[in-house]
Amino acid sequence: MGPNGGGKSTLVRLLNGLLVPDSGEVAVAGHDPVTEPFEVRKRTGVLFQNPENGLVAPFVEDDVAFGLENLGVPREEMRRRVAEAIRSVGLSGYERREPHTLSGGEKQRVALAGLLAVEPEVLLLDEPTSMLDAPGRREVLRRIGGLRRSKTVLHVTHHLEELLEADRVLVINGGRLVAEVEPGRLMADAALLEENRLVPPTVPRLAADLGLGSCRTPEDLAGAVLRRVWEGSGAEIR
Amino acid sequence: MAPGAGRGTGQFYPADSPLHALDPRAKILAVAALVVGLFLVDSVAGFLAVGAALLCLVQVSRVPPSTFLRLLRPVAVIVAFTALFQVAFVREGEVVFGLWVFQAHSEGLRLAAHLALRILLLVAAAALLTATTPPLSLSDGIEDLLSPLKRFRFPAHEIAMMMTIALRFIPTLHEEARKIIMAQAARGADFTEGGLIQRVRALVPVLVPLTVGAFRRADELAEAMESRGYRGGEGRTRYRELSFRGRDATALCIAVLIPVGGILL
Ligand SMILES: Nc1ncnc2c1ncn2[C@@H]1O[C@H](COP(=O)(O)OP(=O)(O)OP(=O)(O)O)[C@@H](O)[C@H]1O
Ligand SMILES: [Mg+2]
Repeated sequence: MGPNGGGKSTLVRLLNGLLVPDSGEVAVAGHDPVTEPFEVRKRTGVLFQNPENGLVAPFVEDDVAFGLENLGVPREEMRRRVAEAIRSVGLSGYERREPHTLSGGEKQRVALAGLLAVEPEVLLLDEPTSMLDAPGRREVLRRIGGLRRSKTVLHVTHHLEELLEADRVLVINGGRLVAEVEPGRLMADAALLEENRLVPPTVPRLAADLGLGSCRTPEDLAGAVLRRVWEGSGAEIR
Repeated sequence: MAPGAGRGTGQFYPADSPLHALDPRAKILAVAALVVGLFLVDSVAGFLAVGAALLCLVQVSRVPPSTFLRLLRPVAVIVAFTALFQVAFVREGEVVFGLWVFQAHSEGLRLAAHLALRILLLVAAAALLTATTPPLSLSDGIEDLLSPLKRFRFPAHEIAMMMTIALRFIPTLHEEARKIIMAQAARGADFTEGGLIQRVRALVPVLVPLTVGAFRRADELAEAMESRGYRGGEGRTRYRELSFRGRDATALCIAVLIPVGGILL
């Protein structure tokens, strides 16, 4: 999380060994991405902010298979995992399409499928939903949410509602880590939000403006509103 | 648009034919055999026999003859030119006819006919290969056939990878060139008028951003490939499967017999 130019994408590149730090050290799963890039890269998958030039193969299915090919996965397993990954990003039927005929959001889905097929231990997602429509975003977020149980997901986003489920939120501004909080605390901290050009999503913002404390879902909010009304009027609710 | 039929994906003609179904390696070897064989054929009758066999194959491939002829058109000029060259400069044998300072000798005519037929048949065989083989299978086939040379540090995998990436990015760059041309035209650039030199000069403002853009793409592509664990051909498996079956071996034998027949005639 953090403003444009805050250094989020730079952090992702550092974690993957694409950039070498001038000072300090990077460790991913105990390996230094600069000295042991392959050890790190076979455990991590990156979804770049702009997927346009990250697609390697002339057909969608071959591109999704690229990461698996590099890891030496046997062909039969590759077929299965490629088909599953393509389905899970909602691109069934696109197997033989050529990347240059796809829209931005479709390319982003192909790149994500390439990552999901590999299922690395660590997923570095740089704004994975920036080009997706609302239903596409929900599907992808659900799929990512399912992975969080068994994998480490670093999810860069400008949408605060996408990180309500996160374990930790890191706020990066001016190339520095300015805060590490849990999502509920971040929503409540108006000064921190303001400082980092963040706008809380509608439901928590409404709850805060009404002085109802922290609410995540519309149901929470509705409950809180009802409780307030009930306390205020003394009337009975069925 | 049918898969693979897009611009820039080469001369592949998607169809459901026995030639399309063959293993690309069998087809590449067959063309190689034909190329070698054609250099040994030494009579017009032999060339015509090979030509007839190729015509049959075109029929089998279900590539419409008009489409196939279009694939040959670019070389027609070269063929005509080299043939004329032979006629004009070979001075052996008796004079068949003369035109002002030119004299056509019998040997020159014979060489010209041989050369023209040889080049045409070579190109026709290659065109049949590219028309019936999807480019990606072609690059897989080339990688496989060249892989014994890896022992001598021959970059077989790298060559195939380059072909794959070219296939992926040629349409993208083509589109980008079109966009730049339209953007420049919208600002008053003129690509359609003036002499050759003026037109070439008008293209400079197109080529510069196109080249810069291609380098940027290459950078991003390299980053993405590395981050996806690419380390060259070592320890890599392949998603696409090529399988050399009985029918491929049979087809290869038949293909070898074609030029042999031509040599004997
Ligand atoms: N290749 C580069 N060369 C020089 N400076 C760069 C380069 N890439 C990024 N920067 C600078 O580094 C800073 C951090 O950029 P970064 O891309 O990490 O931001 P970000 O947090 O991902 O922003 P956004 O929300 O726009 O994606 C910016 O000020 C940017 O201008
Ligand atoms: Mg960024």
